[in-house]
Parts: sequence; structure tokens; C-alpha cells
Amino acid sequence: MSTAMHDGIASSGRAGDSHVLRPGELDLSHKVILYLEDISVSFDGFKALNNLSLTIDAGELRAIIGPNGAGKTTMMDVITGKTRPDSGKAFFGQTLDLTRMNEPEIAHAGIGRKFQKPTIFENHSVFENLELAMKTDKRVWKSLFAQLSGEERDRVSDTLKRIRLQTEADRPAGLLSHGQKQWLEIGMLLMQEPRLLLLDEPVAGMTDEETERTAELFVSLAGQHSLVVVEHDMSFVEALGGQVTVLHEGSVLAEGSLAKVQADPRVIEVYLGR
Amino acid sequence: MRTPLSVRLFQSLPRTGWLALAIFAAVAWIAIPAAHLLLPESSPFHVSAYTVTLLGKILCYAVVAVAMDLIWGYAGILSLGHGVFFALGGYAFGMYLMRQIGTDGSYGVALPDFMVFLDWKELPWFWIGSDSFLWALIMVVAVPGLLAFVFGWFAFRSRIKGVYFSIITQALTYATMLLFFRNETGFGGNNGFTDFKRILGYDITSPQMRLVLFGLSAALLMAVLILGRYLVTSKFGRVLAAIRDAESRVRFIGYQPTQYKLAIWTLSAVLCALAGALYVPQVGIINPSEMSPANSIEIAVWVAVGGRGTLIGGVIGAFIVNLAKSFFTVSFPDYWLFFLGFLFIGVTLFLPNGVVGLWRKLRGRRPAAPETETPAPAATTQGAKA
Amino acid sequence: MPLSLPHLLRMFLLAVCCALGSAHAAPSAETLARLTDDDSDTRIAAIAELGAEGSAQSVALLDALADEALALTGAGRLVILTDTGALDAATGEAIEPYPDDADPLMINNRVRNALQSAKAATNIRASDRGTRLAAAQLLRDSASELLMPILEPALAAEQDKEIRSILALAVARVNLASAEPAKRILAAQRLGDSSDASVKAMLATLLDKDAKGQFIEPDTEVRAAAKASVQAIERRLAMADLASTAFTGLSLGSILLLAALGLAITYGVMGVINMAHGELLMVGAYATYVVQGLFRTHLPEYIDSYVIAAVPVAFLTAAAVGMLMERTVIRWLYGRPLETLLATWGLSLVLIQSARVIFGPQNVEVANPAWMSGGFSTYADIVLPWNRVVIIGFAIFVLLLVWLMMQKTRLGMFVRAVTQNRAMAGCVGVPTARIDTLAFGIGAGIAGLGGCALSQVANVGPAMGQGYIVDSFMVVVLGGVGQLAGAVTAAMGLGLMTKILEGWAGAVVAKILVLVFIIIFIQKRPQGLFALKGRFVED
Repeated sequence: MSTAMHDGIASSGRAGDSHVLRPGELDLSHKVILYLEDISVSFDGFKALNNLSLTIDAGELRAIIGPNGAGKTTMMDVITGKTRPDSGKAFFGQTLDLTRMNEPEIAHAGIGRKFQKPTIFENHSVFENLELAMKTDKRVWKSLFAQLSGEERDRVSDTLKRIRLQTEADRPAGLLSHGQKQWLEIGMLLMQEPRLLLLDEPVAGMTDEETERTAELFVSLAGQHSLVVVEHDMSFVEALGGQVTVLHEGSVLAEGSLAKVQADPRVIEVYLGR
Repeated sequence: MRTPLSVRLFQSLPRTGWLALAIFAAVAWIAIPAAHLLLPESSPFHVSAYTVTLLGKILCYAVVAVAMDLIWGYAGILSLGHGVFFALGGYAFGMYLMRQIGTDGSYGVALPDFMVFLDWKELPWFWIGSDSFLWALIMVVAVPGLLAFVFGWFAFRSRIKGVYFSIITQALTYATMLLFFRNETGFGGNNGFTDFKRILGYDITSPQMRLVLFGLSAALLMAVLILGRYLVTSKFGRVLAAIRDAESRVRFIGYQPTQYKLAIWTLSAVLCALAGALYVPQVGIINPSEMSPANSIEIAVWVAVGGRGTLIGGVIGAFIVNLAKSFFTVSFPDYWLFFLGFLFIGVTLFLPNGVVGLWRKLRGRRPAAPETETPAPAATTQGAKA
Repeated sequence: MPLSLPHLLRMFLLAVCCALGSAHAAPSAETLARLTDDDSDTRIAAIAELGAEGSAQSVALLDALADEALALTGAGRLVILTDTGALDAATGEAIEPYPDDADPLMINNRVRNALQSAKAATNIRASDRGTRLAAAQLLRDSASELLMPILEPALAAEQDKEIRSILALAVARVNLASAEPAKRILAAQRLGDSSDASVKAMLATLLDKDAKGQFIEPDTEVRAAAKASVQAIERRLAMADLASTAFTGLSLGSILLLAALGLAITYGVMGVINMAHGELLMVGAYATYVVQGLFRTHLPEYIDSYVIAAVPVAFLTAAAVGMLMERTVIRWLYGRPLETLLATWGLSLVLIQSARVIFGPQNVEVANPAWMSGGFSTYADIVLPWNRVVIIGFAIFVLLLVWLMMQKTRLGMFVRAVTQNRAMAGCVGVPTARIDTLAFGIGAGIAGLGGCALSQVANVGPAMGQGYIVDSFMVVVLGGVGQLAGAVTAAMGLGLMTKILEGWAGAVVAKILVLVFIIIFIQKRPQGLFALKGRFVED
């Protein structure tokens, strides 16, 4: 990686297409949105991530699979600032060093995350959940005097429609079904307008029909957004259709199309046992 | 279209709320002063000096309870050290009151009595300016506010929460109490401040002054209730409730919970301090026992009894517990602690939403859910009443 | 009578001659005459003579003078007045008839001190070791040059090591004022063995200068010896200070540990925020008080062993109260820490008021049994009180008990299983509800043991528990939840730190500093000293 990455203001390496960025802005000049390089994390001697390196291109839809304990959730913790890596680099675009930012800063920079267990604000209404997630100035002073503009209301209703919860807008979110909660969390993610979406087992507990619709939604999002989906459901991964990365014992075991990794003997060994 | 702030402030309370405030204001500002000053003592409607002082004291407590509800009920932060802010506000104003004694103290010199007793020759540096009323008001807000800000900044930044936070706040008030018990600290040690004579040159014991202080306490309570209602119905309040319910989620959608908590925590401390500053001239004494951990935890019980997350619950709780206290300590002093103890247990076991929750339940409504901004419930309330 | 130096010197020499010449003879008439003199110095010299002479009759005279039973008759005869009659001072023969005009001799404080030294000088040859030791200690601080003739032979003859060293100090102290520099040097060196601050101050005067800037002590070698000795004493005093700080720190630490161990189970293992923990200590302390009362009335001959009997009683009483609390209140609040906190605070108020109603609002008196009172002295005159020593031992005993119970018993295994995964433990047949009650009972019982120990060193009163609740939580929180080793380290660390800071800044400031330290520490390491790290710790 070039040293320019460490500066607040950076330009792309090549002469000719250089451009100036404001500090904190996402630089996609290399068409790569996420770099992980040699990331290691250990808990009491247990190596959750072991020299993990991974790059995600802008607009890509990437599925991550791997057996339990492969380090999928820890990887997301590192990307979102919840866990600090013991060593290694994590960059968002060319310039934003994720290991130096906290969760809200990372969220603000444009990474959204959906948890394995749906975490929504159960006592707030569905509408309020989306309102809170909406991309806006999230500092205290602004919140004190914030009012929804007509345009913002429209954005919330658009998302409500998209996640099919229009009729539930005023119900407390805690009363939704499990699948609906998953959708609400995805909706909150969309309200954030992130550049990169991290989705941890997004279709767990969904009906087949809901799963199918989710796959359609993700595919439609790819291109303008980048998505990283952790999933166990192979038919869902297949429906996504993008590249697949297999994690095992904290590092990348195989990468490629689903058909290719499924044919990889090492992957088969890991999944079926030795 | 942006709605002006004044209109939003007005809209944050339902119409019944404004009506209740108006009635309260009429009682506190007109009925009670009239009954105290104009009616003869023989009249059954005469309000005695004792009652005015007692009610004024409870109004201050109610402000503290509302401040506590803001952080506990809405942000999920249980402070067991709010007494320290209340007492610091009291001390800050007490310094001014001590200086107003002038040369009328037992030693007849300008220095406060306890300093003469300690053989101090002049005022310590932190008493500079204490003879100015304006400076006293600034200190009432600034000292507890600063303490709360610094303490909160450290605590919230390290993500100390739940019971850990509660116990640390208890340690804070305990340590401060020990500090104020020392004579050398310069705030009168054990005895604290007492024997006040004047405020702004007016006799502090006159009925008029008593009523002014009482009226100011009522005004402060109303202001705090309106402000609190505005806060909890604003987006700020919804973010706080979200932090209470799922703090890490709030962080991942881009809010800095530390700043939100710090804001409400410091505000709550300052409200307590204002209440403390009004409390001291009414009861005529402030000493370090106000900072004892027991006092602070009692504040939490007022809120729990009234119903947390309701604002008005704090007021109701403060009145119930303190009226019971003045009844018991006069009539059955041995049973007061039993009553208070069983109240603690009973409310947590059987009345998780307090009196307000019980009231709502009896009327067939959903128990105290976090407040939403919709004015609709108010309309249904009126409908149900009619 | 005019007093001049040659005069005094003559008297002194006379006294020495008398002492050396007639060690076992009766006191001379001349000495007796001087005992009645108006001048205190004359009388003191005569008293020293009697002490140095040491015959039975001299001792009787000294005792009589000390009791103000020595009297002068109108005829100028010195007599000893007893309950039965009067004796001749010189011979000890009874006098008939009783002299009605005998006027007892009055003594002032200086004379009284001289009497004590003289008496000690006579005792220094006693056969009983205790008497000799006491005499030597008294002489160490008060010997005068007048007693040298008796001190030096006594030192030479003394076999006991401890008494020898004390006597050597006494001799050195006298010699420090000697006219011969060699003697002064030797004395200054000898005094270096002392660990007494007053000896240090005495030696330090040798190093002072007078108003003209001249050294008071003219001899440089004496000064050098004195300086070396002062430094040696300072080192020893510093060591002693350190050792006693360490001991009091450990003692406080073991008290904190005893107070916190019960909490380490109820809060550390079970996660119950029990604000009534301090009151469980109080229950244990009152149980000890009740046992003491029962022994006083029913088994007064065994009163010294009441503490032993109180240990199980305190455990069982507190455990019963704890189990009752768990069954009636705490059980319904598992998983709601803030509510538990409030409810248990309520319980604590009820318990405090109950104690007030039953035992009265005042502190009650719990006495140390004989074997726990007093202390033993160690290096450099530090006296370690027995009750503190016993408490340190008791803390180790309770710690061992807790550890064995949690690690080695089936119950301990069940408790750990339930706290780690309640549902799973239930599935494999662990009676979770009963385990909760039992575990809480044991935690409470251990708090009771702590209370039993506290009753021996602290006041026992209804509100005693309140003072320990913050400290106990600090120990558990600082040590790391669920970590016994952490609790021990935290308790000892806090104990030592408090005592060190107390010596430096006073008790209140020390307490505040410790609390501030804990607050800052928890900022840095929210999981405590011995933290488990991992992705399951948070949330």
C-alpha cells in the first residue's frame, strides 16, 4: 500500500487522474472499497483471525462462508471498529484507516452493519427506527432541534415500502415477527445510505419467500452499493451469484465463484471433516 | 416547513398537561400564598409556615426526581450519586447566604463563624466572589455542571454502564461527603452552613421571602417538566431511549452515545443543583450528610415509586415518599425505615412501572412505554375521560 | 543551702565511696540525714546512694519514701511508719511508744523519678527475669551518672541477651555525658544499636552547633560516631515504620477481604447486586455478640472460647437470613440488576431498623477473649496486636474455605454450571432454583463470618454494615468479577495503599484518593485486575 493512505488528504497513485479529497471522504480511485491486510486478532491465546487479507471492490456483492469459529463475525467486528486488531491494516477506500476510527465514525464514513441477531429498537415504532437510522447530522445539538422535512418523510416511506412494512409503521418494532425484524434492520441499513453493507446471516429465520425477496433486494443494491454477506444458506449464496470467500481458522481458504469453491478439495475437507 | 421552537415547546405537552400545569400554578402562586398570608391562623384553610416550607422542600425534591427520571427512565443510567449535585448546588448558594450574614454571626466579624472557630484570618481563595448574588448563581450551575461533565466524560468514554456506573456514582458522592466532613476543606465540616439571615438584604425568615422561595420552586418544577417533556419527545429523546435499549446498535448507525449521555447527564446534574440552591434557603441548613449514599439512593426510589420514564411519576413519587416521611418521622419514628425499606422492595417486585403505571393499567392502557411524540394518546385520554 | 558544683561533686564522690565500700551494710546516718534535706539535689544524691547500696534496709527506706511513709519526729529521728507501728529508719527496729509527732516527708516529681531509678537499680540484681527486664527498661530511659557504679557490674553479670542490650544502652546513655572522649565515642557507637527515636534525638544534639556556630561536641571523632549511629537508627526506624505500615495494611486488607469474600460469591459468581451485603456482615457481628452474652450467663468459665463457638453461629445465622432474602425477594429479580439493587437496598434498611429495634440504637460491646488481646513485640519495638494477627489468619482460612467449596465440591460445580449456563444446567438435571438459594446462602454465610471477624476489631452497631458496602464492591470490582485471586490482590492492594496514603496525607484524604484511584482504574480496565478477555465479554 502506498504511504499516501496514511495522510488525511490523499490522491491516487498514478499521475493524470489525480483528484483532491476532503479529509474523511471515501476515495475509490482504485476501484477498491475495502482492504484488509494481514489482520490478526487473538483472545486469550485463541487466534480468531490469523493474517487475514481480503479486498472488496466497489459495487461488488461478496458472500463469505465458513464453518463456525472461522472468524466471520470477528472480521465484521474489526471492520466496524468494535474490535481492534492486534496487527494488520484495515482501510476503507484508499484513505480511511478503520483501525483508528470508532464505531460511529465508521458508520458515518459509510459502512453499515446488520447483526446476526436482529438488533432493532424494540420500544420505538417501525417509523422511528428508520428515522433514527436515516443519514443526517447525528450530533447532539442537531438532534435537539431536529424536525423531519417532507423529503425525509418521503424517504422513510419509500424504505417502508421497499421492506414491505408500510402497514406496520406505527407499531412498536418489538411486536414484529422475526423475519420482519430482519427486514426492518435491513431497512435501517438502507436509510443510512452506506457505501458498504455488512450483513451477518441476514436470512436466518426467514421463510423461503422472504429469503428469495431478500436475495433479489441485495442483487438490486449491488453496483451502487458494495455488499458483504455472511451466510450459511448455500441456496441463498447461490441466488446472490457473486464471488464467494471461504474463511477457515481465521484466514482465507479459498476464493472464487460458488461452483469453484465447492469443488475445492480443501473446502470439502473443512466442511465435511477429515 | 419548520415549526418555530416556541410552538414545538407548546406542542410537546398535551392539552391536559397544560391544564394541569395551569391549575398547579394557580395553587402554588395564588391559593397557597393567600391562605398563608391572608387567612387567620384559626381558619381551617390557613396554611402554616411549616406546611409552606415542607411543600417547598418537596417541590425541590420533585425537581431532583424529574432530573433523575430523565437519565434513569429515558437514558437507562441509574445514578446513585445525584445527591452530590444537589448538595453542591446547595453549598454554592449557601456560601452566598453565609456571606450575607455579615457581622451578625456569633463572633460579630465579617468572616463566617466556622472560619473564626478554625482561627482562619481571611477567606480562602475559593470563597472569592461569594458575596455576589450573581456569582453565586453562576457557581450553582458551573460547579456541579463541571463535576458532572468531567466525571461523565471519563465514565461514558470508557463505556462504563449499568451497575458499574451506579456503584461508581455512589463512590463519588461518598468521597465528596468525606471531603466535606473535613473542617480544613473550608465548608464548615460536620455542621455545614446554617443560621442564614438574608437574601439580597431581605430577611430570610419573613413570610414573604418564604412564599417567594416557594413560588420559585414551583416555577422551577414547571419549567423542568416542560423542558423534560420537550426533550423526551424530540429526536434527542428518541436517541436516548434507543441508547437505553440497544447502545451498540446506536453506535453502528452513526451516533456517538457518549455525547448524548454526557449531555443529558450534565443537564440532569445542573437541574439537581438548581433544586439544591432553592432548597437550602428554605430549610435553612446544608451539611455533608446531604451527600450520604442513602440520600442519593432514596431519590431513585421516588422515581421508582412514581413510575420511571414518565416525568410526572418523579413528582408523584417525591410527594408520596416525602409526605409519608414527614408523617412517619413525627408519629412513628421507629417505623419509618421499615416503611421505606418495604417500599423499596414492594415497588420493585409488584409495581415495576410505579404509581403511574398502575394508574394506566387500571384504566386499561398499555403500561408506561417509552414516550412517543404522537399527540394522539392525549386525544384518547380526553376521550376516555369524557 | 547554697549549691555549687564542687559541693555536688563532693557529695557524689562520697556516695560512690559509700556504695563501693559498704555494699551490704546498713545505710549510714549521714545518708539518712541528707534524705531529709530541703534541697532536692541533695536528696536525689542520697536516694541514688541508697539505690547503689541496695541492702534490704535501703530498699525498705526507698519504698517508704515513695509511699510517703518516711517521717521525721520532733526529735529529729527518721522513722518508717507502718500500719502496725513505727520502725527506726536506720536499723529497722520497732519504736515504742509510737511517735505521735512524726511528720511524713513530702516528695516532688523529680524526687519521685529518682526514686524509681534507684528502685530499678536495686531490682537490676533480682533473680526474676521479668523484674530485671522492667528495671533495665526503666534505667535505659532514666539512668543517671550516679547509678553507674551499679549499672556496669550489672551489665557485666547479666546473662540474658535482651536485658544485656537494654542495659548496654543505659550505660551508653550515661557515658555520652562523660568527660572522657573515648568513653563518649564508645557510647555513641553503642547507642547506634537502639531503635528509639528519643535516643536518636539525644545523639543528634551532639551534632548541633551553639549560637556562635561552634559544635557543642568538640571532639570530631565523637561527632563522627554519633553521626553514624544517628543514620543507623534512622534506617532502623524507617524499616520499622515500613514494617508496621505493611502490617496494618495487610490487616486492613484482610478485613476488606473478609468483608468482600461473601460478595465475591453473591455478586462475583451469581451476579446479584446485593446492597444488603453490609447488613449480612452486621448480622454476623450481632450473632457473635449474642453468643458472647450466652457464654457470659451460662458458661462463664469458658468465656474465652466464645469466639470459636460464634464462628459457626455467625455463618448459619447470616446464611439463614440470606436464604430468606433470596427466596422472598432476590429470586424474582434475576436478570434485572438495577431493580435488584433497589430492592436489596430496601432489605438493608429493614435489617438495620430490625437491629435497632432488637438490640437498641447504640453500639454493643463485643470484647476480645483474653488470648486475642494484647500483642507481641517484634523487631524494633513494633507491637503486633493479637486480634489483628488472628484476623489475618482467619481471612486466609475463609479464603481457603471458599476456594475449596467452589472448586472441589459438587455444590461449587453446580453453582458454576448454573451461573455459566442456566438453561443448560437445568437440562442436565441441576436443580437450579435450589442451587441459587444455597449459593446465595453460602455467600451470605461467608459475609457472616466476615462480620464475626469484624466484631473483634470494629464497632458493632446497627449501621456498621453501611461503612463496608462501598469498600466491598470496590474490592470485587477492582479484582475482576468472579475472580478469587483478583479479590485477594485487590483487598491487599487497597489495604496497603490506604495505609501508606494515610501516613502521608491523613485518613480522610487517603480514603478519597483511594476512591479516585479506583474510579480511574476502572476507566482503564473496566473488567478489573484479572479480566477475562474475549468476544463474549461485552454485551
